[in-house]
Amino acid sequence: MRTYLDFEKPVADLQGKVQELRALGTSGDSVTVEDEIGRMEAKALQALTDIYAKLTPWQKTQVARHPDRPHVVDYIKGLIEEFTPLAGDRKYSEDAAMVAGLGRFRGRPVALLGQEKGNDTESRLKHNFGMPRPEGYRKAVRIMELAERFGLPLIALVDTSGAYPGIGAEERGQAEAIARSTDASLALTVPNVAAVIGEGGSGGAVAIAVANRVMMLEHAIYTVASPEASASILWHDSSRAQDAATNMKITAQDLLRLGIIDEIIPEPVGGAHRAPAEAIAATGQAIANALAEFEGKRPEEIRRHRRDKYLAMGRSL
Amino acid sequence: MNWINNLVRPKIRSLLNKREVPENLWIKCPETGEMVFHRDLEANAFVVPGSGYHMRMEAKRRLNYFFDGESWEGINLPEVAADPLKFRDERRYTDRLRDARAKTGMQDAILVGAGKVEGVPMVAAVQDFSFMGGSLGMAAGEAVVTGIEAARDRSQPFVMFAASGGARMQEGMLSLMQMPRTTIAVQELREARLPYIVVLTNPTTGGVTASYAMLGDVHIAEPGALIGFAGPRVIEQTIREKLPEGFQRAEYLRDHGMVDMVVHRHHLREVIARICRLLTSPASIEGDTLIEESDTEPEPIGEPEDIPGTAVARA
Repeated sequence: MRTYLDFEKPVADLQGKVQELRALGTSGDSVTVEDEIGRMEAKALQALTDIYAKLTPWQKTQVARHPDRPHVVDYIKGLIEEFTPLAGDRKYSEDAAMVAGLGRFRGRPVALLGQEKGNDTESRLKHNFGMPRPEGYRKAVRIMELAERFGLPLIALVDTSGAYPGIGAEERGQAEAIARSTDASLALTVPNVAAVIGEGGSGGAVAIAVANRVMMLEHAIYTVASPEASASILWHDSSRAQDAATNMKITAQDLLRLGIIDEIIPEPVGGAHRAPAEAIAATGQAIANALAEFEGKRPEEIRRHRRDKYLAMGRSL
Repeated sequence: MNWINNLVRPKIRSLLNKREVPENLWIKCPETGEMVFHRDLEANAFVVPGSGYHMRMEAKRRLNYFFDGESWEGINLPEVAADPLKFRDERRYTDRLRDARAKTGMQDAILVGAGKVEGVPMVAAVQDFSFMGGSLGMAAGEAVVTGIEAARDRSQPFVMFAASGGARMQEGMLSLMQMPRTTIAVQELREARLPYIVVLTNPTTGGVTASYAMLGDVHIAEPGALIGFAGPRVIEQTIREKLPEGFQRAEYLRDHGMVDMVVHRHHLREVIARICRLLTSPASIEGDTLIEESDTEPEPIGEPEDIPGTAVARA
């Protein structure tokens, strides 16, 4: 049973009719019923295409957070062979909100990072809803340094509402951990690619999302603070998240225009959650293309490219 | 929700305004409630004489106080695109900016100056909380980048007085991108082997703490300064618990290994000058030195006074 988002109601209605007709189908005149089902399905598909062609920023936020949207673990399953997870920051603890490891991407060894949100109560708790603590970012630094030392390209899959705001996280230096992770990614002389696959929330995303090539899925969002937090800061009212989402230019399309990301990865009709395998394959292709661009580049050139890109950002608006 | 806002927000607003109105000759210590005559406060570098509470200090005053003989050269900061998001909440961002400029006399939240401290030449940037909460937008990011460039050009240490509520929401992701941009500047300063000293003042939170303010060679905090990633309100809302006493204060950060020392404002000059001398004295630099010593004659390691950095820190 598919769950529909509120703005998908026209599609839900049409698909509901299809279901009803299917149920009738066994008793009635099968030819006309089949025709009708075909027409209805075409209509539903058209409605879905139309709706998704012009999603508002708030609707995109809902899509980006859809529970069935593929998460980091799904991307790893779909894209990485011989995935070998690595755990721990060697300083305090393991943080399952930040998935890290080594593996093969299209035959070539790579290092991988990403925030995993989990997909049921148990795994959500295990992964802390994709909100890393300082240990997650310190683990990220470890993986970046490993990638650097062994010449592995680094792939980061970004999907977090933000770094975890808790007493322990503050006590152990959340800010410093994030700063060091950004610092480490800017020091890399191996190429890195970051893809925002769902939510890119604030500093907690930036920490692993500073890359030679930054891409976003078509309906992903990337924000200075989550729409709820932004509304709370701007209007002292988190229920105005919709207004914040609308005003703050958080969609892939807006951010490409502002020069903050380099590329948009198209999603299947109706969003990545309707055809996860397709979305994952498209992401894989985009990552492969991006990494190919840096093939044969000298290490210093790769770092310079990343730094120059960020230094130029916003200067020609 | 609304009646709470209506009830509470005007009060907070009036409280904030009160503190910033210059004609208000008597200023109340936020900690003890003690009333201080504004001239006395000014003469004491905005530290409340009785309680030792460190009040915020305007950027210009801070630079005057920091540099020898109140003498410093302003570093020109580049202009940035105005309101690229065409943002408005209750008001237009451009209107807010205009008001902040009129109120503070600053172009944006950061002022950069070059001068000498106890004879040691250095470049210092000051983030002013009274300019839209010291928020980090494109202009402030560019100020950090430019300030550090100036330090590199002059082969001088860079001192950052940080104070900020975090990213400037009105500039959206362009604001968040100042985190990597300023980090690159810090890396280039490091590569030039020039000291980077961060002074964390009240309050420093959000994207500022999570970038250049936590990447210093030495971190100094002013007593009692609130320093953290998430603000206390956000944390309380998330965990639904009261926060422990002293949480996210300068002393707490020192005890948890995030800052090197807590230093009274009156001692900042001598501590910073001493650290810069120790880090840049030629003997401590290996091999082919990157630092030109042409006009930065090594000062004689001066007066062996008491060591205020540590003394005050433990007080």
